[in-house]
Amino acid sequence: MYNEKVIKEFSNPHNVGELENANGVGTVGNASCGDIMKIFMRINENEVIEDVSFQTFGCAAAIATSSVATTMIKGKTVEEALKITNKQVVEELGGLPAQKIHCSVLAEEAIKEAINDYLKNYKKV
Amino acid sequence: MENKRRVYLDHSATTPLSVNALSKMMPYFSNVYGNANSQHSFGQEAAVAVDESRREIAEILGVSPAEIYFTSGGTEADNWAVKGIAHAYKNKGNHIIISAIEHAAMLSSAKQLESEGFKVTYLGVDKFGRVSADEFEKAITDSTIFASVMLANNEVGTIEPIKELSAIAKKHGVIFHTDAVQAVGSIPVKPKELGVDMLSLSGHKFYAPKGIGVLYVRTGIKPERFVAGGHQERSMRGGTTNVPLIVGLSAALKEAVSELEENSKKIKDIRDHFKERVLNEIPFVNYNGDPNNRLPQNANFSFKFIEGEGILLNLDLMGIACSSGSACSSGSLEPSHVLLSMGVDAGEAHGSIRFSFGKHNTIEDADYVVDALKQIVEKLRKMSPLYASKSYELKGLKNHEEKH
Repeated sequence: MYNEKVIKEFSNPHNVGELENANGVGTVGNASCGDIMKIFMRINENEVIEDVSFQTFGCAAAIATSSVATTMIKGKTVEEALKITNKQVVEELGGLPAQKIHCSVLAEEAIKEAINDYLKNYKKV
Repeated sequence: MENKRRVYLDHSATTPLSVNALSKMMPYFSNVYGNANSQHSFGQEAAVAVDESRREIAEILGVSPAEIYFTSGGTEADNWAVKGIAHAYKNKGNHIIISAIEHAAMLSSAKQLESEGFKVTYLGVDKFGRVSADEFEKAITDSTIFASVMLANNEVGTIEPIKELSAIAKKHGVIFHTDAVQAVGSIPVKPKELGVDMLSLSGHKFYAPKGIGVLYVRTGIKPERFVAGGHQERSMRGGTTNVPLIVGLSAALKEAVSELEENSKKIKDIRDHFKERVLNEIPFVNYNGDPNNRLPQNANFSFKFIEGEGILLNLDLMGIACSSGSACSSGSLEPSHVLLSMGVDAGEAHGSIRFSFGKHNTIEDADYVVDALKQIVEKLRKMSPLYASKSYELKGLKNHEEKH
């Protein structure tokens, strides 16, 4: 059902865990629907995402998308990260089964939530 | 990956074909190939094998050969039972009662009948997955024509009080069916002792081939014909008789029943050892189902704060096969309807895994799986934001609208 890339990312995900000194955290999802994604970011004064990590409760696709999405935005500016769409995340994974596409939507939303959190609560004006 | 140990703990999904049954089937694929409905010797040789198989199956079940109808499996038998009775007895009433934890074959058929105008009552279950006889009796009305409750549940293995339920149905003149697909070969199953009017069974759950099953229909009960066609199955189900599969079903049933006591004891011992180790060695685990009134092969757990599909696929990478009650593996958003009916929290239902043991499993298999599970559960919990807070409620959570 999953391609090799998805299985690889799922079985050895990158950027797992809670990030110390995070200044942007986004949590989306719903336990009763079976997936929650939490993304932690450390954003520097030039608005570059220096480091990023995730914690995910969810299926293999949710874990694989978390891994790939966090890898995709590491080192990117906030502006660049906001432009990442769920379609790009799916492409990076080489495709997802139709009923798993919502996992990539979750990743896109978690990134946006984390950045919003940074802009609202941490950004020094 | 080479020489990786493989452990199959998904016998409630299907079992390997009995070698003995296979060898009994072989001649009927190529040597004895006649159509069992043909009058010539080619056909009559096949017909003899079918008659003999039907007689053997009937004898094992303690019923008459004329009460045995071969089907393509449990799903067809369930479809036939509920639709066949609903259509044939619709002049008597339009109400049907089934349990909320039936197999999809029964649930989907009931939904279909609802769209035709039938009324369906779905009986709830208690936290162990048991249907209440009192509730069943209260649900019966003057227009109730048919009721079905499975003998044992496929996900949690709970054994239902069928004798009690069938007696109530009889008292009220309601035709009673039981889906015994998971029970046959695991516990003794005799339709007359259970007091049921109809019973479904499926070969591949007890080491017979896939694609063959039986609907037992008590003499006097007349469902609508299921497949229009020739005179096969006393004109109730047309289609050329599948001789090798019927021979295989009979051989496997005979074998399963003769070994039942010995196998069930062995399987129960392994299951119990497995269950004890999981509960003792992995924290935050619930054992779903009835601790006592349960099929010997079944163990169903909720591993809290993680999701079932991740467990299943990690186990698969280690050569271990099991089954998950999570929504993600079924392609729907809702987790197991059985666990939800039992009152299991949706989050915990997403983390449920069913292990179902078979006669070829060993204690070493069970130990190998527990050791693998310990690592996997720990690994997934390290990734889980829920485990970090040991709660299904997260602060600052933005509710995500599922887009499907």
